[in-house]
Amino acid sequence: MENLNLFIRSIFVDNMIFAYFLGMCSFLAVSKNVKTALGLGVAVTFMLVVTLPINYLLNTYVLSAGALTWLGPEYADVDLSFLSLIMFIAVIASMTQLVEMAVEKFSPSLYASLGIFLPLIAVNCAILGGSLFMQQREFSSIGTAICAGGGWGLGWLLAITAIAAIRERLATYSNIPKPLRGIGITFILTALMGIAFMSFLGIKL
Amino acid sequence: MADKINYKSVFFNPFSKNNPVIVQVLGICSVLAVTAQLEPAIVMGMSVIAVLAFSNVIISLLRNTIPTNIRIIVQLVVVAGLVVIVDQLLKAYTYDVSKQLSVFIGLIITNCILMGRLEAFAMANSPWPSFLDGIGNGIGYTIILVIVGFFRELLGSGTLLGYQIVPQWCYDHGYVNNGLMILPPMALIVVACIIWVHRLCNKDLQED
Repeated sequence: MENLNLFIRSIFVDNMIFAYFLGMCSFLAVSKNVKTALGLGVAVTFMLVVTLPINYLLNTYVLSAGALTWLGPEYADVDLSFLSLIMFIAVIASMTQLVEMAVEKFSPSLYASLGIFLPLIAVNCAILGGSLFMQQREFSSIGTAICAGGGWGLGWLLAITAIAAIRERLATYSNIPKPLRGIGITFILTALMGIAFMSFLGIKL
Repeated sequence: MADKINYKSVFFNPFSKNNPVIVQVLGICSVLAVTAQLEPAIVMGMSVIAVLAFSNVIISLLRNTIPTNIRIIVQLVVVAGLVVIVDQLLKAYTYDVSKQLSVFIGLIITNCILMGRLEAFAMANSPWPSFLDGIGNGIGYTIILVIVGFFRELLGSGTLLGYQIVPQWCYDHGYVNNGLMILPPMALIVVACIIWVHRLCNKDLQED
């Protein structure tokens, strides 16, 4: 129940884009049409679900203060948490590479459609942000980490698909002041959607 | 043409004509998240200037020895190392601000400004212009950060850097702080306004 609650909250209330503004660069750059937006969204969701549990295990059993106790009592006061940034980004970068190779091998058609986005994901702030939030909020179990990862990923997917749909319509049917065209109006759209998403605040299951 | 680089334009272009935030659209996440007040915005700007300048220099020194297909990992490791140093320094000397910035110092690693500049400039140029490019882009980023932080703190809480700016008699006569400015979405609106004004002045940047 706890985890389901977290999952729903991660999609709507703690939405990566509208509440934390993470993964904004690719969000703005790749939201020109719905199909590519959807592809990137799926890839980000997948990476969050994979990397968050791995980084959770890494954090609990290697990095945080006293985590190395399982090696023996003499390691009880080792605190490696200053290394966590480097470890997290290394996990993310290597997972991206691994996933890229796996997708290329087993599903060439998916690879062809996702191709360019896969390497971009390593530098998507939403993924590293997820891991850092996981560390900051001290998640209690690996299930929690998976649920939060799935929720954040789906929230990101929802946001980028929605904004891409709006931009597609906007490009054909509206007359925007010249200086605002392109990036300017996308900012304003995102802001309005962010305010709309605030109405979810306080939802509990 | 490596020796014909115009140092002045390398340094000054990112301030306005080629601003990393409003023209190249890089590093938006942190602009929006840390600008509810002026102080964290300035600290964040300083951190980005430092990391950007030094990572540019390091990558530029290494550029001939990095194999192309693992360059992203090399770049990430260099940047991550520098960010860890900044993070520890902030924790040691300005603990309150570092608490306020929470995960966003760590997120400098994935700040697209860094990857963008490393890819676009440092991989192709020698250390000195790379250093200038890093400082220039860092300052361009900080300018936007400070403008957004200024308006959000002034209109949202009536203070600047924690000092009361809007006088008490205004409140007595019914002036109310605009609570909406504190909320993250308003940062987007402020940036959109900056883009609007900036593109009105620079017609060649307008999209059609």
